[in-house]
Amino acid sequence: MRRREFLTLSAASIGGVLVYSLDREVSRLSAQADQSIRVPLRFFSQAEALIVAAAASRIFPSDEAGPGAREAGVAVYIDRQLAGPWGRDRHRYTQEPFEEDAPQEFGYQGKATPRQIYRQGLKDLKGLDRLKTAEQDQKLGQIETTLFFSLLRRNTIEGMFCDPIHGGNIDMVGWQLIGFPGPRMSNYDDVDKHFGEAFRPKAASLRQVTGHKVRPSEDQE
Amino acid sequence: MKTLPSVDVVIVGGGWTGLLMAKELGSRTALSVVVLERGGRRKTEEYGDGMDELDYSVRLRMMQDVSQETVTLRHDTTQQALPLRQHGSFLPGSGVGGAGEHWSAVCPRNLPDCFELFSRSIEKYGANRLPEDHAIQDWGVTYDELEPYYMRAELLMGVSGMAGNIHGKQIEGGNIFEGWRSAEYPTPPTKVPYFSAMFAESTKSLGYHPYPVPAATTSRAYTNPDGVSRAGCTYCGYCETFGCMIGAKSQPTNTLLPVIAKRKNVSIRTGAWVRRVVRDASENRGRARGVTYIDSNGQEVFQPAELIFLASWTLNNTRLLLLSGIGEAYDPATGKGTVGRNLTHQVVFSAATAFFEKPLNRFMGSGASGIMLSDLDGDLFYHGKLPFLRGGTLSARSARSLPISECGVVPKSVKATWGSAWKKAALHYYDRTGRIGFSGEHLAYRGNYMDLDPVYKDHFGDPLLRLTLDWRENERKMAEYVIAKAVEIAREMGAKEVTGFPGLRSYDATRYQSSHVQGGVIMGSSPDRSVLNPYLQHWHVANLFVLGASSFPQNASANPTPTILALTYRAADAIVKRYLKNPAALA
Repeated sequence: MRRREFLTLSAASIGGVLVYSLDREVSRLSAQADQSIRVPLRFFSQAEALIVAAAASRIFPSDEAGPGAREAGVAVYIDRQLAGPWGRDRHRYTQEPFEEDAPQEFGYQGKATPRQIYRQGLKDLKGLDRLKTAEQDQKLGQIETTLFFSLLRRNTIEGMFCDPIHGGNIDMVGWQLIGFPGPRMSNYDDVDKHFGEAFRPKAASLRQVTGHKVRPSEDQE
Repeated sequence: MKTLPSVDVVIVGGGWTGLLMAKELGSRTALSVVVLERGGRRKTEEYGDGMDELDYSVRLRMMQDVSQETVTLRHDTTQQALPLRQHGSFLPGSGVGGAGEHWSAVCPRNLPDCFELFSRSIEKYGANRLPEDHAIQDWGVTYDELEPYYMRAELLMGVSGMAGNIHGKQIEGGNIFEGWRSAEYPTPPTKVPYFSAMFAESTKSLGYHPYPVPAATTSRAYTNPDGVSRAGCTYCGYCETFGCMIGAKSQPTNTLLPVIAKRKNVSIRTGAWVRRVVRDASENRGRARGVTYIDSNGQEVFQPAELIFLASWTLNNTRLLLLSGIGEAYDPATGKGTVGRNLTHQVVFSAATAFFEKPLNRFMGSGASGIMLSDLDGDLFYHGKLPFLRGGTLSARSARSLPISECGVVPKSVKATWGSAWKKAALHYYDRTGRIGFSGEHLAYRGNYMDLDPVYKDHFGDPLLRLTLDWRENERKMAEYVIAKAVEIAREMGAKEVTGFPGLRSYDATRYQSSHVQGGVIMGSSPDRSVLNPYLQHWHVANLFVLGASSFPQNASANPTPTILALTYRAADAIVKRYLKNPAALA
């Protein structure tokens, strides 16, 4: 068994009020409280998690437009996805022969799993989390045409806007940014009204809407 | 191999067509019916828990597991085919209900002339206007013959809509171009969201004839002729790739299973992976004896049956016939053989992506609620000087607006693809983006077909199905034409920026288009050019019927579900009224 790795997050480093989900439970931190929290990692080492967190924060930054990948917990989301069936290509056709250089319209044809692509890609970004943001952007700009970066970008968006059961979109910060209310049992009275005006019901997660825990696919199989 | 006691009827596949045939034969006869479904049972009471975009729309939890079996693709016979290693341009379902559980429920009929495409096209434009390598054929059934069965399919599902043609009388507000209907839709149209309402207004002012999308996401509570009741749609927006949490979307599990569950003569076996149809050449020439499958314990089983139905979707119906050596495999070089020919995939794309100043509230809606128009469909506009034949529908629906897939879609003026500038645009445009969708006909060509792949295998070691498929100039020119029209409509709607679809190049297996892959086991009026007669019965094996869109000689612009159900009803009628009395060729 591998050594248990943790991602340590301090409230102050993130700034402001924060909600962080630790496995299935939710912990609340505030910047004033001078607390930190240790999130157990399922796939990444701590060093890798810090690089992913830094890179995701440049893809979807926390800025004057609102919170970003850091507040949404994108690094923890990606860690769980890679630990689950998706990360090991449980549902991809992986029989040989592989044609690595196939034209794009045939989809990804390579042998490497998402786990392997990340592990390799992160080696090339060693120390990213200790650079200044301008340097981080420059370094990411150098790899933005790679398969690894396109996965990282896609996974960052997923981590921003997935249901919080997956470990990202903590406290629905992503949904609130774009006015998406999450799953709703009925829009019957509103679907043909509010023309031209923003109708923004309070966001609710799947757990809140169904009233019970729902097991995400990364925790199964 | 274990041999089970013989049954009267075995049906391979528990989706729309297989379960409809099971319901019909189970209700109208005393025959013993066994449905073999390779996926699992659905827990429809848990569909509410599935309102999760990541697991269901991105990770595609309801679809066939391609790690076990996929297809290979090449664009033409000179290429080496490659396996589709993950889902892309279409989404085969798995489990009881099949793809009928996660469809968007858009439910129009085919235009009448689709069924006689070859004859009507020649008649109007002459043989020289058809593409050089076309394989277009008539279906062997006409719209008039099929109309009563379309009506039954719509009553079964409680389709919502507004008729535009009842017995030839045109009705303003409905689709005035549709084939004649014997009656109004079973339920009134669904509600119209903002983006669709804008589309209706603008297209009307441009001279088009918009109408409400026919929807099997029923507009209000409905009880069908079988006594099955379903709730009305609440416009939650979780339709395509999801099961409906309240059952407003007609699905095999909520429309057919309640009837089947009451029939003691029908049983459904899940986890039953059928690998071959068995035909005994020495004794029962011209008859199939049953099917072999691997059960959920991994044991190989032979299920003998008197009457056999393949109802396992276009790809698997074709593959089972090829693996079983039933009929002659199609050879594009000689044009001989019939199994695998006429592979088509509906021409579907977002013709125009429109970016507005005002928010659209597009989380509200359903996969089928919206407005469409048929002015550019079929042969409803004159193609005399145009560089292509046929056409399709344009529509504005609220489908596919969930944030993982849609946040980050920005106008071309935004150059960044990540970082603060991109994020700002992504947030701004998420709820200000609407798509005008196109769904068009795909003609059949001699070079687009299916056979068995010589290299790649499934998890049992059987060869994968190989698709040889690419677009031709007809589709490319048609796309150019409709994209320009859609962009014009988007501008009329007041869009600040519009991105037109870049056009069709080579067939792209990574872009989801539709799950309307058709052909391979086509119906027709001649055994030389089709596998099935017009009753979906195998020309040479009288006790074998093949159901579903694999029977379509070419791809219409309409979504196939009402047509596959109508053809299945018609086959069931012929079987009950004629075949059971005299088990021989119906045509």
